Amino acid sequence: MTQLPPPSKVKLGLVIDLDTCVGCHACVISCKGWNTENYGAPLSDMDAYGADPSGTFLNRVHSYEVTPDEGTAKLIHFPKSCLHCEDAPCVTVCPTGASYKRAEDGIVLVNEDACIGCSLCAWACPYGARELDTAAGVMKKCTLCVDRIYNTNLPEEDRVPACVRTCPAGARHFGDLGDEDSAVSRLVAERGGMDLMPEQGTKPVNKYLPPRPKDTADEIDILAPYLAPVAGEAKGFVAWLDKALSALPGGAK
Amino acid sequence: MHPAPSVIIFTTFSGLGFGLLFWLGLGMPFVTGWAAFAYFALAYAMAVGGLLASTFHLGRPERAIRAFTQWRTSWLSREAWTSVATLLIMAVFGAGLVFAGQRFAAVGVLGGLLAILTVFTTSMIYTQLKTVPRWHHWSTPAMFLLLSLGGGAVLAGQTLFALPLLAIGGTVQVVAWMTGDGRLAGSGTTLASATGLGNLGRVRAFEPPHTGTNFLLREFVYVVGRRHAAQLRLIALIVGFGVPIAFLVLPYNPLWIACAAISHIAGILAQRWLFFAEAEHVVGLYYGKR
Amino acid sequence: MSLDQPQIDTSPKVSDEVRKTTCYMCACRCGINVHMKDGKVAYIEGNRDHPVNQGVLCAKGSAGIMQHNAPSRLRAPMKRVGPRGSGQFEEISWDEALQIATDCLAPIRAAAPEKLAFFTGRDQSQSFTSMWAQGFGTPNYAAHGGFCSVNMAAAGIYTMGGAFWEFGQPDWDHAKLFLIFGVAEDHDSNPIKMGIGKLKARGAKVVGINPIRSGYNAVADDWYGITPGTDGLLILSLVHLLMKAGKVDLDYLAHYTNAACLVNEDPASPQAGLLLRDAQGQPQVIDRRTGQLAPWNGAGVEPDLSATHSADGVTHRPVFHLMAEKYICDDYAPEAVADRCGIPAARIRQLAAEIARAAFDDPVILDRPWTDFRGRKQDKMVGRAVSMHAMRGISAHSNGFQTARALHMLQILIGAVETPGGMRFKPPYPKPAHAHPKPHCKVTPGAALNGPHLGYPQGPEDLCLDDSGAPARIDKAFSWENPLSAHGLMHMVISNAHAGDPYKIDTLFLYMANMSWNSSMNTRGVMQMLTDTDANGDYVIPRIIYSDAYSSEMVAYADLILPDTTYLERHDCISLLDRPICEADAAADAIRWPVVQPDRNVRGFQSVLCELGAKLGLPGFVNEDGSQKYADYADYITNHVRRPGIGPLAGWRKAEDGSLQGGRGAPNPDQLDTYIANGGFWMAHVPEEAAYYKPFNTAYQDWAVKMGFYDSPQPYIFQLYAEPLRRFQMAAEGEGPRQPPEHLRARMTATMDPLPIWYAPFEDGVVDTAAYPIHALTQRPMAMYHSWGTQNAWLRQLHGRNPLYVPTKIWEANGFKDGDWARVSSVNGSIVVPVAHMAALNENTVWTWNAIGKRKGAWALDNDAPEATEGFLLNHIIHELLPPKGDGQRWANSDPVTGQAAWFDLRVKIERVDAPAEAQPVFPPIASPVPAAPHDLAWKVGK
Ligand SMILES: Nc1nc2c(c(=O)[nH]1)N[C@H]1C(S)=C(S)[C@@H](COP(=O)(O)OP(=O)(O)OC[C@H]3O[C@@H](n4cnc5c(=O)[nH]c(N)nc54)[C@H](O)[C@@H]3O)O[C@H]1N2
Ligand SMILES: Nc1nc2c(c(=O)[nH]1)N[C@H]1C(S)=C(S)[C@@H](COP(=O)(O)OP(=O)(O)OC[C@H]3O[C@@H](n4cnc5c(=O)[nH]c(N)nc54)[C@H](O)[C@@H]3O)O[C@H]1N2
Ligand code: SF4
Ligand code: SF4
Ligand code: SF4
Ligand code: SF4
Ligand code: SF4
Ligand SMILES: [Mo]
Repeated sequence: MTQLPPPSKVKLGLVIDLDTCVGCHACVISCKGWNTENYGAPLSDMDAYGADPSGTFLNRVHSYEVTPDEGTAKLIHFPKSCLHCEDAPCVTVCPTGASYKRAEDGIVLVNEDACIGCSLCAWACPYGARELDTAAGVMKKCTLCVDRIYNTNLPEEDRVPACVRTCPAGARHFGDLGDEDSAVSRLVAERGGMDLMPEQGTKPVNKYLPPRPKDTADEIDILAPYLAPVAGEAKGFVAWLDKALSALPGGAK
Repeated sequence: MHPAPSVIIFTTFSGLGFGLLFWLGLGMPFVTGWAAFAYFALAYAMAVGGLLASTFHLGRPERAIRAFTQWRTSWLSREAWTSVATLLIMAVFGAGLVFAGQRFAAVGVLGGLLAILTVFTTSMIYTQLKTVPRWHHWSTPAMFLLLSLGGGAVLAGQTLFALPLLAIGGTVQVVAWMTGDGRLAGSGTTLASATGLGNLGRVRAFEPPHTGTNFLLREFVYVVGRRHAAQLRLIALIVGFGVPIAFLVLPYNPLWIACAAISHIAGILAQRWLFFAEAEHVVGLYYGKR
Repeated sequence: MSLDQPQIDTSPKVSDEVRKTTCYMCACRCGINVHMKDGKVAYIEGNRDHPVNQGVLCAKGSAGIMQHNAPSRLRAPMKRVGPRGSGQFEEISWDEALQIATDCLAPIRAAAPEKLAFFTGRDQSQSFTSMWAQGFGTPNYAAHGGFCSVNMAAAGIYTMGGAFWEFGQPDWDHAKLFLIFGVAEDHDSNPIKMGIGKLKARGAKVVGINPIRSGYNAVADDWYGITPGTDGLLILSLVHLLMKAGKVDLDYLAHYTNAACLVNEDPASPQAGLLLRDAQGQPQVIDRRTGQLAPWNGAGVEPDLSATHSADGVTHRPVFHLMAEKYICDDYAPEAVADRCGIPAARIRQLAAEIARAAFDDPVILDRPWTDFRGRKQDKMVGRAVSMHAMRGISAHSNGFQTARALHMLQILIGAVETPGGMRFKPPYPKPAHAHPKPHCKVTPGAALNGPHLGYPQGPEDLCLDDSGAPARIDKAFSWENPLSAHGLMHMVISNAHAGDPYKIDTLFLYMANMSWNSSMNTRGVMQMLTDTDANGDYVIPRIIYSDAYSSEMVAYADLILPDTTYLERHDCISLLDRPICEADAAADAIRWPVVQPDRNVRGFQSVLCELGAKLGLPGFVNEDGSQKYADYADYITNHVRRPGIGPLAGWRKAEDGSLQGGRGAPNPDQLDTYIANGGFWMAHVPEEAAYYKPFNTAYQDWAVKMGFYDSPQPYIFQLYAEPLRRFQMAAEGEGPRQPPEHLRARMTATMDPLPIWYAPFEDGVVDTAAYPIHALTQRPMAMYHSWGTQNAWLRQLHGRNPLYVPTKIWEANGFKDGDWARVSSVNGSIVVPVAHMAALNENTVWTWNAIGKRKGAWALDNDAPEATEGFLLNHIIHELLPPKGDGQRWANSDPVTGQAAWFDLRVKIERVDAPAEAQPVFPPIASPVPAAPHDLAWKVGK
């Protein structure tokens, strides 16, 4: 199974909008909550109330500061989970076949019953998307909420990943990136969705929408007319006011 | 990468063990009876001990048997096969030598070649990783093979082969270090490519996703001081290569061979520590740790 | 090899049952679906039908399960056995606890009820707790608003009958330009994020005005890294530019604000600066139809913004003239304010021009006819697509009230309040200051207070003073020092009680406020005051009763602990009488209910108050026969009648014919069950034609009466000119029977300006700003709620430490490197803390995350937890009083109008020091009243 299946027609994945993500970590915790209760072993926490707490999370939000040569520095919140790569190196390295990419929708999963916890898949993943759970001894990773998106026990509208459902800013989108007409594919096309570390050749399915240009102003000659003074001081203003009011509807003057 | 004792011990001793098996397979030295037993016991102790040590790295060692299933794609799986095949075939060969005083030459050659193939598969586990540019290079299998053959030759008392192998090994090691230092930078993977934000300006990791630690930081982010690394490199070079060579050029004496071997092993442990500790995984970029 | 994959179950059972209630991990009060397995809480997600969060949930909300299961939960009532502050307690029974409380409180009530100070922190049941306090008879009751954001609330109420967040929200669906001032997170956590997401999806522009560029400001399309404390100046400069350019909404100003009301201009008149009123007391305008005086609300009146009026030799000019005079003056020219604001003049012009363009080039026009209170019919709703929002960044300064007023003036000038695209109120707001109660303080031993504690004074006659003119309340709320302190001053209670100023108290009764740690300024001083003893060895504050649910720092300082349940274990109501969960398009209220039963000996605090109230015989808590009136809080929620037809919950009340209806009606014994069946909330949509112009719109007024918000239509206009302020200013000038003390006159005259002004934050005037050149701020992390977040095993992994973020200029000047530490000093003391670099930051500002630092021994954390070793509070170097000015007074570090704590006025200096073993100061550990926490967690419910 660690052979990759032939590229699937359906490529389910996430599109993450870096222009909108406010870095609230809601997706991180909702993912933790769902996946603790569902697919596979619970996501454990070691030294949970102590000096060095460390738990398994499938989704984490970094933040980066970008300083242009000119102008103000910017802060970008950057959520990151498994990108469900088409050429997933984490799959081919796995000695047990526990790590696999689903033929039907491209979701990359770990079969926890077969995993020996050798960590090699995590070594092979450039994105840090896999974490070995200390308590369970098996590899954990984003499942794309495979136990939600097809779950007939959930109302139709809830058949989306937990992180997508919870994101308050609407910065996370889920869909079929194999379908050019899907909402996510159109977003990617419109906003110039990008791959992370394209040079690694992993061909991620998940895409990131870059931040829109910030701190840009229209030319001053476009804006200046809006502030053309009607008066230099209060007296002049009152004179203008009288004129302006008589132009308004509503009674004789 | 985290220099975990389990992987250091694994790569060091299994490399040496399989190297020794290689020479034994070729009949160098040609020994039988108790002497053969001693040699084979040493080789097996190292090879099997190393393999066992590697299982300490596993989250679920009790399921290790599953590692045999994916030989088509996985170097780790291939290593499992080649190592077991080597150990089985060499067991036949060794039994002939020890118990029957018989040398099944063809079996020995086959076992010897498998032994070296095993080392190669081990090396490929690391070499294949594009995520660790320092390892993703011909010098990684070259070093593993040279050290296995060279160390094996020292243990096998094959001074004639040991000397050039160690000399070449030391040289290749220096080349590996020197070129390795720039390989992450040269790999094209940067924080800019990792985030896709490079076109907006200089990217700097501001806040990590969590103030505590996690598996990724423990496993992949290990920072060695540059001075410390330079010192260790020197020690590895002297203890792992220089001193053994010096002992080996002395007139033959089993004691000198033992000293050369011990020194070599010590050096290789240091070398392996550096192999892991200095290897930078690209995921560190996300954490601003590079 | 075949590619056969493991068969996985893609449709596993999600849970046995979903119970819908309300989140309590912050004051946003989102609806949650609590998934139950085997009778235990398994997973929490947002409720899609809920008006507040529409299905989304923040990190804290999703982590509620870890809060509910936190090892820090208190287990039983406790009485102190060690010295105060030691954390040594003995668990006792509820009977004993209630007996202790009754024995302590009954004599106080009989003799001097004011000797009880009952202050509730992050209380969501204020209409209930205040009723209890009123029944007790003490004037000393308030919640946390005084240290939180009363500037914002009061400025909003006095100006336009509502403020941001609690009472209003941006028109997310129509705004094209959104300005967000000084917000890191706010209470409206999820709605703001949802709103920003909506704006972004529509391509609207978001502008952040904040010294720090994180969170909302990080996604903002443009960022103004303003110098703290100077927003008022920036805003008045925008007002200057817009007025000068005539970019104001004249029709709106004339009809819906008091810009046309006439002000007495005669300095000699006792009415100087007051509005001209008719015999009925109605402010007068000139009617453009007739050119004659007319009441502002006369049918068909067309108020004239410009015409003046002279009578008996006294000139009366419209407010708008005074505004022109004040703001078109060069003091507010961009060039004059740029340096102080830290924003170039060209950028100020840019912002003003962008506001003008968005407001007037491209108005939002909705095809909805409506009629205003003067009977003027309009066939369309026309609005300005400029929305604004602000919070503590402008509120938590000593000039915050006037700054918030200035911001509302800006919104109103362009016609962007209650119009499409602008800011909208959430019913039952808007509600102008004069429609609110006034504060009451008359104490009668053994009887109730003469009215509600808190309110909105209209003039000096409404202050809470005793016969000698001294403050009647322990927190000195509604005194000359801070006349409009509508939320009280919780941050002054402990220091005033300790000083016996204005008088000594006997018992401090606190609920849900971590006063010995992150909620107090001068934390070390507060710990000292709480443990201080007099000459006899008795505690200076004799008794402290406290209700908390967790092992917080404050627990250690109480004598009696009343342990609360968690939010999933109790009834609660989020009531229209209080701070409801309404949205602009709907009135709504909600409940919490016990989705699980407590497994410890704890009780909901409100239920405890029902019992304690009965034991004390408080009016409203006993039946005529003296028996307990409300068995518990659920009983109160269902059966309490506030006014005829009005109770804590507006949903599913009984109509006369026995049917169920929203709004008014008799109590319905099944009300709570109906709420539960309906997802835990009730909602009534505002009719379309009533959705905007609410204060002026007859359709809205009628609907509001029907819903029971008020008993008759109460239209009003926005108060650009705030007469109540002028009345206090006049008192300071010597007018009237009630006179402020001499030392306050000058300050009152200067700060109680009826038109918005800016003055420098007080600390700037007292400390040597050259020696303390840096502004120091805190921000709330989105994933942490004050001190409670830390006990949460998931959340504390995200924010377990808090470095001090330092801008590039200061970073380089000090030669800081990663991993360095610094001593940060204010005039009040110093702390030693880890530093980190941040470029996207005002160059004179440092900041850190709020309330991460913890006291060792609290919250069931290990003593070597990073929160206790590296985490720190800025509170140690903030003080509730300003440094002495040498005038013999210690002035409060608060806004002079409202008493709002000026957290963000802090000035510091910073220097590199060698890393200490731990962040300084270090306090000795307190004994934990709960057992040690487990080491590892790996649980799955129901498997
Ligand atoms: N430096 C600095 N300090 C600040 C601020 C700042 O910006 N900077 N902000 C200030 C502001 S605006 C505020 S509002 C305050 C907030 O300060 P607090 O209101 O004190 O906030 P918390 O730390 O949340 O403390 C509330 C207490 O309620 C307890 N609690 C939690 N849940 C329950 C429950 O269900 N029942 C009961 N009975 N108790 C419960 C918690 O354990 C905790 O002890 O902090 C102020 N302090
Ligand atoms: N996650 C989470 N949510 C919360 C809370 C929490 O603890 N955690 N607490 C709740 C409470 S009690 C409150 S009061 C609200 C407070 O919500 P916010 O008002 O968002 O409070 P702060 O986090 O204190 O953020 C104040 C912001 O003002 C900025 N600021 C400071 N001074 C100035 C200034 O002079 N001018 C400008 N323009 N900006 C300035 C700061 O940089 C910061 O971004 O949040 C509530 N919501
Ligand atoms: S929930 Fe949404 S906004 Fe919050 S961090 Fe995740 S992606 Fe960003
Ligand atoms: S992101 Fe990592 S774990 Fe996920 S598919 Fe790609 S390589 Fe594998
Ligand atoms: S950790 Fe598990 S999934 Fe990953 S490579 Fe090893 S066996 Fe495969
Ligand atoms: S898709 Fe599911 S598993 Fe993946 S990050 Fe989102 S919540 Fe976690
Ligand atoms: S914003 Fe978060 S913590 Fe606050 S009520 Fe909503 S879900 Fe709960
Ligand atoms: Mo607050």
